[in-house]
Amino acid sequence: MPNPTDRRYTREHEWVRVDDGVGTVGITDYAQDELGDIVYVEMPAPGASVKQSEKLGEIESVKAVSDLYAPISGEVVEVNQGVNDHPELLNESPYEKGWLVRLRLADATELDALLTAEQYDQLLAEAEAE
Amino acid sequence: MGGDLTADSSPRHRTPLYPEHIALGARMVPFAGWEMPLQYTGIVEEHHAVRRRAGLFDISHMGRLMVEGPDAAVFLRSLCTYDVTRIAVGEGHYALVCRDDGGILDDVYAFRPDAERFLVVVNAANAERIGEWARDHLPHGSRQAALLDCQAETAMLALQGPEAPSHLEALAPGVARGLAARHCAEAEIDGTPAFISRTGYTGEDGFEIVVPAADGPALWRRLVERSVQPCGLGARDTLRLEAALALYGNDIDESTNPFEAGLGWTVTLDDGAGFGGREALLRIQEAGVSRRLACLSALERGVMRAGCPLLHDGRPVGRLTSGGFSPTLGVSIGLGYLPAELTAPGTELAVDVRGRPLRAQVAPRPFYRRGRVGHPH
Repeated sequence: MPNPTDRRYTREHEWVRVDDGVGTVGITDYAQDELGDIVYVEMPAPGASVKQSEKLGEIESVKAVSDLYAPISGEVVEVNQGVNDHPELLNESPYEKGWLVRLRLADATELDALLTAEQYDQLLAEAEAE
Repeated sequence: MGGDLTADSSPRHRTPLYPEHIALGARMVPFAGWEMPLQYTGIVEEHHAVRRRAGLFDISHMGRLMVEGPDAAVFLRSLCTYDVTRIAVGEGHYALVCRDDGGILDDVYAFRPDAERFLVVVNAANAERIGEWARDHLPHGSRQAALLDCQAETAMLALQGPEAPSHLEALAPGVARGLAARHCAEAEIDGTPAFISRTGYTGEDGFEIVVPAADGPALWRRLVERSVQPCGLGARDTLRLEAALALYGNDIDESTNPFEAGLGWTVTLDDGAGFGGREALLRIQEAGVSRRLACLSALERGVMRAGCPLLHDGRPVGRLTSGGFSPTLGVSIGLGYLPAELTAPGTELAVDVRGRPLRAQVAPRPFYRRGRVGHPH
């Protein structure tokens, strides 16, 4: 699936889409494909504060566990219960139904450091070429 | 995301079925010096296909040694823990190859298609070493037992699942009906000579099939066209773990003996015949073992993995040798050596998973048995 242009990306394969000061965070299609079948997702509870690039949670797949990093700093306002109960949503719909957490942004300028969809596509193309 | 998501690029062998895996879009990984399919559509989907219908595995990377001649049985007996001379024609038996101190060098399957002919299937990682070990121990100057390595000229497939017999019936009519578990036969599949055994590494009914290398791809395609699910190493591991089958290099190795691994049933001592490790194993059997390989099942969310320390009342008592997620049971399961007194089913333990305790308990072996009432799915 093409990487949506309505959001920003990190080099670590997370995405964030901001609406009214709240960023919805998830992992990219590339990430879910590399991870394989996801079985558990560990996210912080609402109220927790995170800083950009810090560990946000863990994603456990059949093969291995991977750390999830916060694309932006903020306070957790919502966690996707659906993914908790049905982790396969993360594989099936990483950009829509498989969102992970919503953060109230601490600093919108942090988005400038993130990649656009085009830049993220480029990153993947370069990784493929290696 | 943390972790290296890129591929390793060391050189490796390819099986005769390699082009099939590529054509199916498999994700390939290095395994024991071979480039093997990890998964095609997904580990969980492939796992369920085997439990519910039928799956197909390329196991051409495994070693295949033919031992032939009037002394084949006696020679092979001297290599294995099991008295293979008592294997009847058309049968097979699981066995171990041990070194002098009783440590396990490999786990193998010995089949006897003819009175004076055995096919021994060995682990890919140990194929060279076991082949050399066998060659070194061949009776000197004797033409009474010959050893042939037939891996390179053959392909091997595993067809596993409740629907496996109906697929084999289509390929080789009448064969499945006449083949009991652990038995073997030679038959023709589409005019191709095939060796077929009713064995497997999944805990399901199924067959392992050896054909000439050049005929491997056609056989693979025939089964895939019948909608048998191609399955990779990922599903192979989740399936065997649910069946509590040992994986060499993880659950058994040179530092473990058959008795503590729960494999005493593969050791024949009452025939008095010599074999690698006999004296040591006799002593171990008499003395008893202080630790045993146990099945562990998680009591909460999280995945235990090989290497995780095991804790009882806060004290470290062992380490997991295999671990992962069980798609059929919906929880994490694992295998590990525990002090014998802690191996009763129901014993509660904690698994140290990245510094956090995961509550678990000793489970009866195996975790999954075909036909067990009440298991999910």
